[in-house]
Amino acid sequence: MLLEIITPDKKIFSGEVESATFPGSEGSFQVLNNHAPLISSLEEGKIRYRTGAGEFEVTVNGGVVEVLKNKIIVLAESAKS
Amino acid sequence: MANLKEVKSRISSVSSTQQITRAMKMVAASKLRRAQERITQMRPYAQKLGEILRNVSGGQGDDDASVYSTRREINRVLIIAITSDKGLCGGFNSNVFRATTALLKEKYVRQYTKEQVVILPIGKKALDNYRKRGFEIVPDFGGIFSDLSFDTAKLAAEYAMEAFKNDEYDRVELVYNEFKNVATQIMRTEQFLPIPEAEVDGESNSNTIDYIFEPSKDYIVEELIPTSLKIQFYKALLESNAAEHGARMTAMDKATENAGELLKELKLKYNRTRQAAITTEILEIVAGAEALGGR
Repeated sequence: MLLEIITPDKKIFSGEVESATFPGSEGSFQVLNNHAPLISSLEEGKIRYRTGAGEFEVTVNGGVVEVLKNKIIVLAESAKS
Repeated sequence: MANLKEVKSRISSVSSTQQITRAMKMVAASKLRRAQERITQMRPYAQKLGEILRNVSGGQGDDDASVYSTRREINRVLIIAITSDKGLCGGFNSNVFRATTALLKEKYVRQYTKEQVVILPIGKKALDNYRKRGFEIVPDFGGIFSDLSFDTAKLAAEYAMEAFKNDEYDRVELVYNEFKNVATQIMRTEQFLPIPEAEVDGESNSNTIDYIFEPSKDYIVEELIPTSLKIQFYKALLESNAAEHGARMTAMDKATENAGELLKELKLKYNRTRQAAITTEILEIVAGAEALGGR
């Protein structure tokens, strides 16, 4: 599935991932392939995602994530890897 | 006939001015490209945010519950005037001042006469101008353009939002130049707070997807509205930034052209003067020789 992490200044990440874990405001949760449509707000914390090349981390200061048809879009005010 | 030396020194001064304006035009052009890139960078974020916001708030009608859309009697007004840090960009800054003055004299006459209007200048030109003219100002955000990013921009937006929430201001207006193309800037006066009522578009609910909302719709709306306000503000800053470089580029292009014309005229004058000087010299020599030979 496709993961995109976007801030107003630039696109932080865009690519295929196998799984992604988010710091949701009600606790952390993981998204795998074929997840149901979801919109969730995020707390300050780390997004972890696994690609073929290994596992990566991006720190965000909160925001919102939308999961729809194997496409995950993260909108964060600021983020750094 | 003008002095040869005088004309020559004018030529060199005009051509060095031309060099400067040409260089400034180049610089503005490259900065403009970067400013435009920034706008395109921000666009997907703004678009997606709008989409999600529509998805979340769609179906539950108007969200008048938000603290940022409460309408009060207008007593105190905050005007955010966005200009540039540097001059030499044609009417760019004076247009902002004119639009702000128009706003004061038309829409907010009552508040203005009671001195209930505060200006939040963005950019050094606005800061200097309104400070000199003795307006009540919020001077903290004048230098935002020296390091323009969402993180710095959002501080100013947060200030305005916080003050609005605390009833310090009852209305916040944005005045800025919108970037249409390199040669054209459009003056915009926009109501920032309270959030203007959205136009109703009938098709927004036609294809709603059954999302899971985490933790709840209302919570997400609460979270997203401030973000979308900050984005709106940031967008105005970026537009103004791009418009500034566009305006400077056009102004400097004109200046370079005018300098070129002036140079042409001066060169013509120089050559004429030179020729006239040579003619007089020859006349004098010939006359002198004749006077000698006639003897």
